[in-house]
Amino acid sequence: MHRRGVGAGAIAKKKLAEVKYKERGTVLAEDQIAQMSKQLETFKTNLEEFASKHKQEIRKNSQFRVQFQEMCATIGVDPLASGKGFWSEMLGVGDFYYELGVQIIEVCLALKHRNGGLITLDELHHHVLKGRGKFAQDVSQDDLVRAIKKLKAMGNGFGMIPVGGSYLVQSVPAELNMDHTVVLQLAEDHLLKEGLAWLDSQAAGEPQYWLPALFSELLSRDITPEEASQMTP
Amino acid sequence: AKIVLLSTHRLLWRDQKNHECCICIPLSQIIFFEEQAAGIGKSAKIVIHLHPAPENKEPGPYQHSKYSYIELSFKEHGQIEFYRRLTEEMTQKRWENTPVSQPIPTGPKAGRTRAVGIVGIERKLEEKRKETDKNISEAFEDLSKLMEKAKEMVELSKSIANKIKDKQGDITEDETIRFKSYLLSMGIANPVTRETHGSGTQYHIQLAKQLGDMLQAPLEERGGMMALTEVYCLVNRARGMELLSPEDLVNACKMFESLKLPLRLRVFDSGVMVVQLQSHSEEEMIASALDNVSDKGSLTAEEFAKLLGLSVLLAKERLLLAEKMGHLCRDDSVEGLRFYPNLF
Repeated sequence: MHRRGVGAGAIAKKKLAEVKYKERGTVLAEDQIAQMSKQLETFKTNLEEFASKHKQEIRKNSQFRVQFQEMCATIGVDPLASGKGFWSEMLGVGDFYYELGVQIIEVCLALKHRNGGLITLDELHHHVLKGRGKFAQDVSQDDLVRAIKKLKAMGNGFGMIPVGGSYLVQSVPAELNMDHTVVLQLAEDHLLKEGLAWLDSQAAGEPQYWLPALFSELLSRDITPEEASQMTP
Repeated sequence: AKIVLLSTHRLLWRDQKNHECCICIPLSQIIFFEEQAAGIGKSAKIVIHLHPAPENKEPGPYQHSKYSYIELSFKEHGQIEFYRRLTEEMTQKRWENTPVSQPIPTGPKAGRTRAVGIVGIERKLEEKRKETDKNISEAFEDLSKLMEKAKEMVELSKSIANKIKDKQGDITEDETIRFKSYLLSMGIANPVTRETHGSGTQYHIQLAKQLGDMLQAPLEERGGMMALTEVYCLVNRARGMELLSPEDLVNACKMFESLKLPLRLRVFDSGVMVVQLQSHSEEEMIASALDNVSDKGSLTAEEFAKLLGLSVLLAKERLLLAEKMGHLCRDDSVEGLRFYPNLF
């Protein structure tokens, strides 16, 4: 008697689900989540297989990394979102970019007093490569750009301003827009105040603005020991 | 300059300019080899330990040596790749398959034969290069297939997210949490659930607790506050591997309050994000700013930073905060931003 009661209840529940099913003509969310769980396991296996064959390629070949990143972006996946993600754990892409992020922050900190927190991508690239040493994995400018994009999540004004064919990397919070006319306006008050631009009122003709970040001679100067001590928080 | 060449049978060492000058050793003579990392004033090396020379060894530059090993010194680069290739050859031991048809030549007549041998090696290098190219195209192919599968996952997750948005009651709390962790694994942004349930997953909760422990001392040392980028560097340098992504850090810090940990993530008006100790209250910071400014008459952010041993960025935020609360006022000129006690 008791069992039949339970049976009847279960049948009623099933009928209700079937009605729901027919009503919506679609699969229930909970079923889909269960399906996703299974697909995830399969995907993980596929990724492991891929990693065992091609992990080296990603490590060594910056062109391949670009391809990989672009494909991920196209399908709506961010392989660098979390260190806990499959991409990071199995392909090792995460550690590569997150470590690069650390190196970028440190270089910017060390040089901030020289350039006010604004540095060309070239100069940043130069210092990062130097810091990594002769035997480290190669790093392309595309790699730097992607690492910096991730750093933006942490506030603190990390950003990139397109200038010429390349970028200026800023590491301090400041409203900066590199439209030419706006640069001049900005230079007049904000940049001067912040130490990002210098006013040369003794220049022949009209007063001139200098942006230390763009001084090419600074490019060749290495990070001094005092500056290096600024790097480690 | 010298070049080291590796074949399936031998290790060769020859002069870059004079190709006639070349010595070699059969790979079968190698017992074991190891890398030595570069250091200050010394190049990276690969040290190769050898069996004692056999009785029938061909004559060479030396008949005997008191050493049982050789060192290859890589002045610029190449050590990583060479080590890898040597490992491959030593694992495969292909010299055991094909009998060495001719003895290693020495003497003037052998000059020509030696050149042939070297051409053979160069051909092998070319084959290897072609194979690498083939590997890359294979890798791209495999990558495309993988992306197809990933795309399916994305579509599925969108469908689920929409359902959640439409009817909240249909899935349990547990299932939502599981779903969020799936999104995290795949690197798919969660568009919908973030609003109702926050961005934290089990992983972020654990992380938040770890950070709570780890950051106590560093925060105390730095006046109770650290920029998030500083925290990022500190934590990742300590970890060494399995690093945190910037988003991982932010999402974990957002959980401090709900987990009742004594830390807080704080975003200043400027957009600067910091982690601060709960115990270091706002009032204390403002009072300290006012005291210091009054004491010195006026202060810039740089001066204040030096006084307190803070970074300029955070010193500035404190001054701005005190100003916001009406305790300080500013003198803003092209010479910089200076703060004075507010006497109004």
